[in-house]
Amino acid sequence: MRTEALRVVRAGALTPVQALGRAGHAHLGVPRSGALDEAAHRLANRLLGNPETAATLETTLTGCAVRALRPVLAVVTGAPCRVTVDGRPAAWGQPVRVPAGAVLDVGAATHGVRSYLGFAGGVDAEEGLGSRATDLLSGLGPDPLRDGDTLALGAVPAAGSPAAPDAAPWVAPPRELVLPVTFGPRDDWFTPEGLRTLLTGTYRVSAASNRIGLRLEGPAPARAREGELASEGMVLGAVQVPPEGRPVVFLSDHPTTGGYPVIGVVHPAALGAMAQARPGTPVRFTPAGAVPAGR
Amino acid sequence: MAAVPAGRAAPADRSPAGAAVRPVVLPMGTRGLLVELADSGRAEALHAELLRRRAAGTLPPVREIVPGARTILLDGFADPDTARRLAAELPTWRVPPLTGGDGRVVEIPVRYDGPDLAEVAALWGVSEDEVARIHAATDFRVAFCGFAPGFGYLTGLDERYHVPRRATPRTRVPAGAVGLAGGYTGVYPRSSPGGWQLIGTAPDTVLWDARRSPAALLSPGTRVRFVPLDHAARRPSGRRGRED
Repeated sequence: MRTEALRVVRAGALTPVQALGRAGHAHLGVPRSGALDEAAHRLANRLLGNPETAATLETTLTGCAVRALRPVLAVVTGAPCRVTVDGRPAAWGQPVRVPAGAVLDVGAATHGVRSYLGFAGGVDAEEGLGSRATDLLSGLGPDPLRDGDTLALGAVPAAGSPAAPDAAPWVAPPRELVLPVTFGPRDDWFTPEGLRTLLTGTYRVSAASNRIGLRLEGPAPARAREGELASEGMVLGAVQVPPEGRPVVFLSDHPTTGGYPVIGVVHPAALGAMAQARPGTPVRFTPAGAVPAGR
Repeated sequence: MAAVPAGRAAPADRSPAGAAVRPVVLPMGTRGLLVELADSGRAEALHAELLRRRAAGTLPPVREIVPGARTILLDGFADPDTARRLAAELPTWRVPPLTGGDGRVVEIPVRYDGPDLAEVAALWGVSEDEVARIHAATDFRVAFCGFAPGFGYLTGLDERYHVPRRATPRTRVPAGAVGLAGGYTGVYPRSSPGGWQLIGTAPDTVLWDARRSPAALLSPGTRVRFVPLDHAARRPSGRRGRED
């Protein structure tokens, strides 16, 4: 039987439940969703001995706080932050025992944007299409946390938590976000000068960025043709250029189809860094190498 | 029904065994391909062929097959080499034309009472009743999905019945609204903003339910008929609208 294990004391700016997402349903209009900084989310589960399908909480800039209703084992990964248990400092990046009645506080991110709060057993939210991930575009999955919510946890892994490591690896968000991009499929909608603009221009992360896309401020790549495309499939990392010219790099909750031309696609290796890029961070695109055949 | 053997060398473009569909294959990242066709008919035929090959195990594993208006996105190959090989091979495929007689048919009961019915009647140059008659007499097919889970873009209306989107989108379109835009018909799975011309309401049809299996009533390739609800059924039936 499900028993509530946590009460939300401070939901924070935006704290959705996250997991690995629901890829494979894009043809039905269902976004893949899932943790934006997937490496940090996976690390939280590994540090706790959880299966990889376990769900964590993804905080946004301001962290969150929960009261344990029974003893729980938790870990915070992703954006570094001050972690406390009943006000006393606790480890970031290492499993922390939280006694019944104590408040675990994940503080505001000191670098980056999104911290991942994992629990032994994982957050036991209802699955939708094979994932517990919250999808903010289509509304699938559990709602983001609200103050006063209670959360259940899954069964604690039989093997128990592995021995805590001395240090968990974490790549600090760079001062400048460098995004390797493969041109296409609609690079021919831009002039050669427009393509150079993308590769040489300095962009900045806009405050309007969210889980759907990293929105950029900066020079508009010049178009070779006007108009819109008939709707076509979109992918994670697609750099879509709307008519006003400011590129948007699609993140986990991106729409499955769209009508603005995709000038190129950012290499998946850069997705974690994009998840942690704060508004104002400088962004530069760089060629990712050879383009697949077939042109 | 028996699928036509794939990849067989056909003597001419118009062979019933399959025609060259002349796709343009574009890169979408390093592990994806966007395959573009000259028209929606060829796109739907190639999509059907891709699903046949996937079912037969002759397509390299790929995470997503996402049709668009005149494209098919293949995303998530195991490695860039697989994507490159298929990109080179695809233009040589011969693809059987859509037969039209296959696939399941979904019937959607509709009250033709939408707020844009008069506007659409004016654009078509017919009466409002005639809009309903023409729409309900059309064989539709889900060309692709998008916009929201369970929202299908239905093709089938004759070109003379294509209409523009509303100049000003509505901030809220109720769930079940039946709309037209361009050559497409669609039914809103849930309440949302929208710019389609609304001609009716499908009060009984649940397009999307994440707890149901399958969650989506419509998927690419599904055939659809709209069945007019008679005037008696226009009275409120005490049904509760499900919003959001």
